[in-house]
Amino acid sequence: MNLLQLHQRPAVYLVLAALLLAVGIYGLIRRRTLIGMLIAGELIFSAASLNFMTVNRFYAPDPAVGQIFVLFIMGLAAAEVAIALSVIIAVYRNYRSIHSNDLSELKG
Amino acid sequence: MNPIPFADYLVLALFALIVGTTIGGALIAALSTRIIRGVSGLMMCCVGLGGLYYFLNSPFLALMEILIYVGAVCVTIVFGVMLSEPDEPPHQESRRHAALWGGGALLVCLAIAFGVAHLGLSGPWTEPATRVNDGSVEAIGLALLTTYSLPFELISIVLLVAILGALVIARSGRTKE
Repeated sequence: MNLLQLHQRPAVYLVLAALLLAVGIYGLIRRRTLIGMLIAGELIFSAASLNFMTVNRFYAPDPAVGQIFVLFIMGLAAAEVAIALSVIIAVYRNYRSIHSNDLSELKG
Repeated sequence: MNPIPFADYLVLALFALIVGTTIGGALIAALSTRIIRGVSGLMMCCVGLGGLYYFLNSPFLALMEILIYVGAVCVTIVFGVMLSEPDEPPHQESRRHAALWGGGALLVCLAIAFGVAHLGLSGPWTEPATRVNDGSVEAIGLALLTTYSLPFELISIVLLVAILGALVIARSGRTKE
C-alpha cells in the first residue's frame, strides 16, 4: 500500500465517517445541555455527508448526485438548527435552564 | 515529473493535517465542558470537512460547507449560547454512576464505530464502468434545474417555513404584558 496515495483511497474516508458518527453519538448520550446535544447532532450530519461524498467520488456512476444530496443535507441542517435554537430559547424563558435533567415535566 | 519538488509529500502532509483537524475538532466538540469550546470544535471540524471535500474532487461543496456550517450554523449556535446559560452543570451523580454511564456510552460508540467501519471496508463496492459526467459545478447546476428541481424548490420552502417558525416561537415570550 502506497502511503503517498492515501488521499485517493476510499477506506480512509469511510473509517473517518464512522469515527465522526461514533463521536457524535457519544456526545449525544453524554451531553447534559440541549445546545451540546445539538452540536453532537451536527457531527452526525457531517458523518452522513462525508459518507455520501466518499461513495459519490469513488463508486457512483453520476458524480453530481452525491454532491446534490449533501447540499440538501446542509440545507436541512441549517433549517433544523434555526428551529432547535428557537425552541431552546423558548425553553430557557420558561424554565430558566436548558439542562436536560431539569426538563422533566413530561416524565411519568 | 512534478514541477514542485516533494509535491507528493506536501499533499500527504496537508491531508494528514486536514484529517487531524477533523478528528480533533469532533473530539473537542463532543468532550469539552465549556459549551463555547464545543462550538469552536464544531467549527474546526467543519473546516477540516471542507478540506476533505476538496480532496474528494468537489471544491464547490468545500466552499458551501464552510459558508453554511462555519458561517451560518456555528454563528447561530453562538447566538443561542449568548441567550441562555448552557455550561455543563457539575456532576451531581455519584462517581460510580458517572463511570458506569460513561463506560456504557463509550462501549456503544466503539461498537458503532467498529461496525460501521467494518461494513465500509468489507462491502462489495464496485467501480462504475463509465461516468455520466465529471461532477463539475456545471453538472451540479444542470441536475439541480432538471432532475432535482422539485426537491430544490421544496428545500427552499422548508427553509422559509423554518425561519418563520423560528421567529414565531422565539418571539412569543417578548410581548409586553
